[in-house]
Amino acid sequence: MTALSLKNVNKSFGSVHVLKDIDLEVEDGEFVVFVGPSGCGKSTLLRVIAGLEDATSGTVEIAGEEVNTVPPAKRGIAMVFQSYALYPHLTVRGNMALGLKQEGRTKQVIEDRVAEAARMLSLGEYLDRRPSELSGGQRQRVAIGRAVVRQPKLFLFDEPLSNLDAALRMNTRVEIARLHRTLAASMIYVTHDQIEAMTLADKIVVLRDGRVEQVGSPMELYNNPANRFVAGFIGSPAMNFLPAEIVGGKKGQMIGIRPEYLRITDQGRLQATVTHVENLGGDTNVLATTEDGHPVTLRLFGQHSIQPDKIIGLDYDDAKSYLFGEDGERVVVA
Amino acid sequence: MNKARRNPVNIAAAHGILILYTVIALFPVFVILINSFKTRRAIFREPLALPDADSFSTVGYETVFNQGDFFGYFQNSMIVTVASLFFILLFGAMAAFALSEYRFKGNTLMGLYLALGIMIPIRIGTVAILELMVDTGLVNTLWALILVYTAQGLPLAVFILSEFMRQVSDDLKNAGRIDGLSEYTIFFRLVLPLVRPAMATVAVFNMIPIWNDLWFPLILAPAEATKTLTLGSQVFIGQFVTDWNAVLSALGMAILPVMVLYVIFSRQLIRGITSGAVK
Repeated sequence: MTALSLKNVNKSFGSVHVLKDIDLEVEDGEFVVFVGPSGCGKSTLLRVIAGLEDATSGTVEIAGEEVNTVPPAKRGIAMVFQSYALYPHLTVRGNMALGLKQEGRTKQVIEDRVAEAARMLSLGEYLDRRPSELSGGQRQRVAIGRAVVRQPKLFLFDEPLSNLDAALRMNTRVEIARLHRTLAASMIYVTHDQIEAMTLADKIVVLRDGRVEQVGSPMELYNNPANRFVAGFIGSPAMNFLPAEIVGGKKGQMIGIRPEYLRITDQGRLQATVTHVENLGGDTNVLATTEDGHPVTLRLFGQHSIQPDKIIGLDYDDAKSYLFGEDGERVVVA
Repeated sequence: MNKARRNPVNIAAAHGILILYTVIALFPVFVILINSFKTRRAIFREPLALPDADSFSTVGYETVFNQGDFFGYFQNSMIVTVASLFFILLFGAMAAFALSEYRFKGNTLMGLYLALGIMIPIRIGTVAILELMVDTGLVNTLWALILVYTAQGLPLAVFILSEFMRQVSDDLKNAGRIDGLSEYTIFFRLVLPLVRPAMATVAVFNMIPIWNDLWFPLILAPAEATKTLTLGSQVFIGQFVTDWNAVLSALGMAILPVMVLYVIFSRQLIRGITSGAVK
């Protein structure tokens, strides 16, 4: 069964066309991540699905029912916000119970579900505290708990980790992945962080300027980007793009090589001057500039001592490189 | 402030200025209070002297309590002030919420129209208001005053509150919508508590002019039963003879309730409960 299906969804604010002809299917139990640069419309799309914004045209179906005119509370969704958005005047218990109370559930059901969610998210000892007495990570867990107790057909996450520090972000990321496994629920997750997208998603939707650029599994997008934008957006450090003519290609085309597939050799097709070296312990990132002034990044495994200003030769396998046409679309070399 | 940034000269100067301002601001109140406890002769001979055994007298307060229905006036003032503040805050906050939260045609225009009242003194319309009150039979009722003061206070209230409402997190309101709260519940339970400091500011701004107003009570509700305190005190001011003891005593007592209300509201100004709700 499909958990969510969007058909031809458009959204405009006045004369600004934010979402353009979005078609999308989310299968039951799938973890879908919307990723894209700021202002690409991913949050707006999430809000249209939640019912916080009305689509200008097109249909939104949740679990097979058209919900275009259904208010958010009756769509069978739950949402986790970037800023936690906890009710300041209620305790953790009250925060989690409010949605269920509004649905008219019995006391027993509410109590059981809150206890279950608190156990799952290890919030048991904080149930009687107010949001102001919790740390950032705990607040975000409460916000997730508030979504879990509703047992929604579809979970919506709006950049839930952006306000957390790096260590906590990793922990919470793992927790969300675990939650997805235990609940086997359909989830939609918005982020601009491609690491979150790669690690969490069953399916990634790359958006740009209100359009879907490509949909696919993380590895599909990594190995087979449909265009230059997706190629540059997925993967870190980002893919190197060089004019194809400097390695004997057609004028106007661009060649894309991932930093991890460039290697240093004496007899390389490229010559570059090292400008900066980042030693990360496990990896070494080398930033260099080619003879004709194009910046390139190499990712070497293990530790290397390379001095800046050194001239190095670079080479790559043709099978591991990508060719993009003038319009940015992938050119598949037969 | 940490020690390194503390400079005794600066602190002394800052406190000196604050103390000077406090003295200047409180001096008239102080003069009213000391003189209200003096005999008439002492008031005129040495207006700045403290009451001593010779000059002490409570004749002013006796006059006030014996002449006219002082407690009635007091009650009228209180009803008018509290009711007007209640309506100003309620309707002002509701209008501000609508203006800041909902996108609709003419939103900006409506906001400007509502703010226009800040620039136009309501007293210009006194004649029209009086005619209106006569036609609706509201003359000499407290409702006449409450309605006028509510209208007078609303523009500034809408202006200040809508600015504050814009700062209330959208996520919080949306979380409420997803949890199935009605727009009214979101307004009363989520948004209003978060703009309490702004509400207190609006209340303080409006309270004092309403309490002290003489103009509208004199024109719209001069009957004995609806006299406010300020108007009631005027009986002691005559064209030829003024009973200064009574005037000063009445004024002295009129200060008290405003002070109590002010203390209540100003506590709200300081307290913020937003911390922890949103980042």
